[in-house]
Amino acid sequence: MAIGWYLTVSALIFSIGAGGVLVRRNPLVILLCLELMLNSANLALIGFSRMHGNGDGQIFAIIVMVVAACEVTVGLGLVVAMYRRRLRIDVDELRELNG
Amino acid sequence: MAEVFFFLGGIGAIAGAIGVVALRNPFYTVLALVCHLLSLASLFLLLRAEFVAAAQVIVYAGAVMVLYVFVVAYVGGQAEPLRAAGGPSLKVISVLAGVAIFTELAIAVLGSGLAGIDSEGAGYAVGFGTPEEIGRLLLTRFLFVFEAASFLLLIAAVGAVVLARRRGGLEHEGTS
Repeated sequence: MAIGWYLTVSALIFSIGAGGVLVRRNPLVILLCLELMLNSANLALIGFSRMHGNGDGQIFAIIVMVVAACEVTVGLGLVVAMYRRRLRIDVDELRELNG
Repeated sequence: MAEVFFFLGGIGAIAGAIGVVALRNPFYTVLALVCHLLSLASLFLLLRAEFVAAAQVIVYAGAVMVLYVFVVAYVGGQAEPLRAAGGPSLKVISVLAGVAIFTELAIAVLGSGLAGIDSEGAGYAVGFGTPEEIGRLLLTRFLFVFEAASFLLLIAAVGAVVLARRRGGLEHEGTS
């Protein structure tokens, strides 16, 4: 398969994830949609790595996975903290920082 | 044969992504993401990134998703109520934004005129994408990146513990 096909799939998954971040209100699901976007970026990086026959893109993808793991731990910590404070798990309810 | 596997993996990945966005129950959403990650790992294998595919399945679809399942079970996976936050207009605008992002990305990537974009990629060199090659790159050329990533993981772990402490995760120190 030509690399362009992989890049098209990656763009499609990225836009689905971006739409999900805009549509959904549960912070857990928003985190999952962020994962979708990061993974589509990984697919594009690995596609480019294959295109150039160079391993650097794969290292980049692994680092992106590390950053995604960090984002997940901090994000899930925030969700658990919200739950402990008896807040509703809904991003629209967290309006205190709204100017 | 590679075409068949590409379309299987691609359709699985896109279906999983749509499931993540469309399913109401957070628990099913996590399962849809696992399906998406496994399909994506098959695409990585087709691109000859063997180590990244294995790490994707073991670390992502295994460990990180188990963390999600635990948090969903802890917080309670109640389905979202059906009313939209800003009315139906917000949803329409969000879908339009998604379509616009896809169009822009497709134009940007496919219109970039890269020579290799219509090819199958560079010739396969022996050892490309194996753990040996990745490890050699990580510990020689990308050593600083490797150390920075490990430090970032440490900070994230400490931050998660501070945030999710039993009492007063976001309050003053004195109340804990």
